[in-house]
Amino acid sequence: MQVGTEMPARTFTVTRADLVRYAGASGDFNPIHWSDRVATGVGLPGVIAHGMYTMALVGRAVTEWAGSADGVLDYSVRFTRPVVVPDTETGTDLTVTAVVRELTGDGHAVLDLTAVCAGEKVLSRARATVRAPVGLGNS
Amino acid sequence: MPLNPSYVGRSFPPSQPYLVGREKIREFARAIGATDPAYLDTEAAKALGHPDLVAPPTFPVIVAMAATRALIDDPDLGLDYSRVVHGDERFGYVRPVRAGDELTCVVTVEEITSRAGNDFITTRTEVGTVDGEPVVTVWSKLVVRGSAGGAGGAGDEKAE
Repeated sequence: MQVGTEMPARTFTVTRADLVRYAGASGDFNPIHWSDRVATGVGLPGVIAHGMYTMALVGRAVTEWAGSADGVLDYSVRFTRPVVVPDTETGTDLTVTAVVRELTGDGHAVLDLTAVCAGEKVLSRARATVRAPVGLGNS
Repeated sequence: MPLNPSYVGRSFPPSQPYLVGREKIREFARAIGATDPAYLDTEAAKALGHPDLVAPPTFPVIVAMAATRALIDDPDLGLDYSRVVHGDERFGYVRPVRAGDELTCVVTVEEITSRAGNDFITTRTEVGTVDGEPVVTVWSKLVVRGSAGGAGGAGDEKAE
């Protein structure tokens, strides 16, 4: 791992069932995440994923790649576009990439993160600082 | 209706303690498809030096959101939750949340702004144990979309 090292892209399928499960697990029952009627009623194109579900999937990609399930030190995103999830078997896809922006003197890696849905970036200013695995800090 | 700007700088008393349960961590991990043994297997978590299961990085939103609920629902703030989308989120960790943690939150309103017909409110939630150990700080910016708003999010704020 060095500055510029890229994480292999990960693609997650997001369906309505995933949003229902996430709503239950997280306690966020905002109906824009499960009701087309409510979502379109407030001007959205349709049901959208919880921003925090998107953030969780991106976090999962990063921790699985960096081997740092318990080693995330800072994690921030801006949600710039909604992830619209149609009521179909296949839902939509979210593709996550990451690149090492900086290796700090104390063995941490700062990663720039990208998440794309339907050809558009859905996050900006997305960044995670993780404890780099032993042996990967100075290669 | 704009948000009540007098809430800026206001902090709220510590929230009712939230006891982090193993099965809640496992449920949350399953909901996001995370299979790391540190989230599921107590022995694996202990091997990493933790007393019990580790929670995935975004798990603290459960605790922070519950603590923010009283503010969101406060009629004097004037926030229409059906028009809310998420703008920004940040977690700054002292350590991961772990099963057995009894967590309490202090919520502070950092900023309220208005732009292009949308209102924005940023909260900072200090999450720590009931014994006073700091665990994680959570910043959330919510966007209250105006009736003429676009497709949602902070979409008109471009990346750096």
